[in-house]
Amino acid sequence: MATFGTLSDRLAETFKNLRNKGKLSPADVDATVREIRRALLDADVAFDVVKAFTGKVRDRALGDEVNKALNPAQQVVQIVNEELVEILGGQQRRLEFAKNPPTVIMLAGLQGAGKTTLAGKLAKWLAKDGHTPLLVACDLQRPNAVQQLQVVGEQAGAAVFAPEPGNGVGDPVKVAKQAIKFAKDKVYDTVIVDTAGRLGVDADMMKQAANIRKAIDPDEVLFVIDAMIGQDAVATAKAFQAGVDFTGVVLSKLDGDARGGAALSVASVTGRPIMFASTGETLDAFEPFHPDRMASRILDLGDILSLIEQAQQAFDEDEARAVAEKFATDSFTLDDFLKQMQQLRKMGSIKGMLGMLPGAKGMREQLENFDEREIVRTEAIIQSMTPQERALPKLLNGSRRLRIARGSGMTVTDVNQLVQRFEQASKMMKTVAKGGVPQVPGMGPIPGASYGGKKAPAKKKGSKAGNPAKRAAQNAALASGAKPAGSAAGGSGSGFGLGGGAPAGDKAPSAEEMASLQKFLGRG
Amino acid sequence: MFAKKTIDETTWDELEEALIGADFGPDVTEQVVDGLREQVQRYGTTDPADLKRMLRETLEERLSKLDSTLKLSARPAVVLMVGVNGVGKTTTIGKFAKFLRNYDRTVVVGAADTFRAAAVEQVATWAERAGARIVRPQQPGQDPASVAFQTVELAMREGVEIVLIDTAGRLQTKSGLMDELGKIKRVVEKQTEIAEVLLVLDATTGQNGLAQAQAFIEHAGVTGLVLTKLDGSARGGFVLAVQEQTGIPIKLVGQGEAIGDLTGFTPHVFVQNLIG
Repeated sequence: MATFGTLSDRLAETFKNLRNKGKLSPADVDATVREIRRALLDADVAFDVVKAFTGKVRDRALGDEVNKALNPAQQVVQIVNEELVEILGGQQRRLEFAKNPPTVIMLAGLQGAGKTTLAGKLAKWLAKDGHTPLLVACDLQRPNAVQQLQVVGEQAGAAVFAPEPGNGVGDPVKVAKQAIKFAKDKVYDTVIVDTAGRLGVDADMMKQAANIRKAIDPDEVLFVIDAMIGQDAVATAKAFQAGVDFTGVVLSKLDGDARGGAALSVASVTGRPIMFASTGETLDAFEPFHPDRMASRILDLGDILSLIEQAQQAFDEDEARAVAEKFATDSFTLDDFLKQMQQLRKMGSIKGMLGMLPGAKGMREQLENFDEREIVRTEAIIQSMTPQERALPKLLNGSRRLRIARGSGMTVTDVNQLVQRFEQASKMMKTVAKGGVPQVPGMGPIPGASYGGKKAPAKKKGSKAGNPAKRAAQNAALASGAKPAGSAAGGSGSGFGLGGGAPAGDKAPSAEEMASLQKFLGRG
Repeated sequence: MFAKKTIDETTWDELEEALIGADFGPDVTEQVVDGLREQVQRYGTTDPADLKRMLRETLEERLSKLDSTLKLSARPAVVLMVGVNGVGKTTTIGKFAKFLRNYDRTVVVGAADTFRAAAVEQVATWAERAGARIVRPQQPGQDPASVAFQTVELAMREGVEIVLIDTAGRLQTKSGLMDELGKIKRVVEKQTEIAEVLLVLDATTGQNGLAQAQAFIEHAGVTGLVLTKLDGSARGGFVLAVQEQTGIPIKLVGQGEAIGDLTGFTPHVFVQNLIG
């Protein structure tokens, strides 16, 4: 469960003692860029691509306006991530269909890349979308490739055009030509041409591919490349681009744990869009390519980057310090609470944000069920209170609660529940502020570094998650990096922690963070 | 870089680039370059041709530390072929069967990839081309362990000398599939010892090759490596790290799609092709 990946650990080491946030000296940048370079090479990004890429990052890092919310390592990493996403996704587009059917899609790539399986996936996906795909068996050389496509076609529910038996018998160029005619006659609106795997250095085979292409004039030529490919990605991509040329790229076997640096290499060197990701052996394991996820995977930092980004947008240092002070001095009011929730909303989708925290993968179910409108409702209730009431919830008698309920379009029960939750929340905040571990009913011992999958019971769709107020408050504390009194946000400047307060080398969220997350998602 | 007149900083940069480009990976590259820098300093080397020789010797020495012979003296000698998807297991079985048939050994192939579309037919074609017998699954989707069992049983019953078992490609991240491999192994080991478990690695693989090897060793007890697709532009440098970190020797090399394109592993030849 790579949350803080090895790059992150190394950066934490590099910047353990660095105090000055914001300042980006060449020495700082170089140290980080060295680590980035190493990480990218480990991730199989091509040498030349790494060189050019880190050069660009360095220039940007030294030229960019300084960011006061992040330390130099974080700033550089943020730039790296942006640049990565730009290269990986800059050209992205969807599959282009021909004005006059059939749309012809040709597949090309090295041996074993996953072309035939992809052909089946494409056929199935297109059929689901209402198209009528025809699979064409133009790998007439690998033993039983034709048969494999036929089985795959059957599984996908698509017709297969295979006039030749293969295994060395038949001319792929002829078959391709015949297939187009067949498709037109029988009114198939898409044709997917599977071809034999071939080496970039095999001139004869590259010629054959070029001939197939010439014969069928495809609307798309998809270059299928295995996510685990190493430095050879560049030579191979270039050879295919020169030999047969392609309009798009598909990255396969992404269900493995290869970092997939080849994606960056191929996108960089050929400028072609990476259109799809193949993520398994079944015909459903197929999705559009996500550049941001890929960038994260290559860098191996989990999604901590996004969290940093959002943290910095929503909070400035003073604000965070003020909040921490408030918690420490025990004066957390409904007003503060409202402010926190508004900050939270500014941060963007809470679901999205939660999904990015370490351990979130195990909580997907809860994430699905979380209803963000709870926050809006809670806000409405608080906004119907007078400033006096917000400062002193004890004032809220029956008639006040009725007024508030009416004013916010809620029920008195809703108001009661909010007040109750707020009181629980502020109690918990005080405990955290004082440095203790809050008692979380039902959690039991909280393992520090492992995310035991404590799941909430399955919820009905649309049901309200319990305790939104409490969760919002805890999450606000979490997001602002407010830690127990004594390490106010922005003080330690160490390592590569969450939001700015985590000690260097902390590999897992603290027990409080886990507790608040769990509370956030489970029934209160 | 070796054609230049002297050894300078750019030589080292170029050397690093070449080693990374061959997929040796940043760690091994650093070790090799540092080691050579030290040697060059110690011996006062100035001629890049000498550096080239030193590089060749370093790599050859490191790659020669293990015994690359196949242990096939048992009867039957059972060989299990494993690896991730698309690396060339089935093609290697075809080539290996042919190789053994060339030495007049009797061979039976077990078509234990019962998952992938037309995998059985594919390996059956290879067996036929090689002149080997084949045991197919009795029904589609049959448990691969039982196919393996049936193949070994036939070999023992009829005195076939070598058993080659094809398995489905599986990513090392799929724990269920890795467990399945363990099961295939255990089932066969009830009948007889397994002579070799060969992990097939694609030369185009990058640094993930090491992770693949480690996972397969843990679950399947790999005894040898097969490096395939060396006829392409990839150099397969990651196998050095794999050999050194796992202690598993490279035993076979595949260089093409034709039935004869299989050789044993010779460090000298491998390095020669790498450096030129």
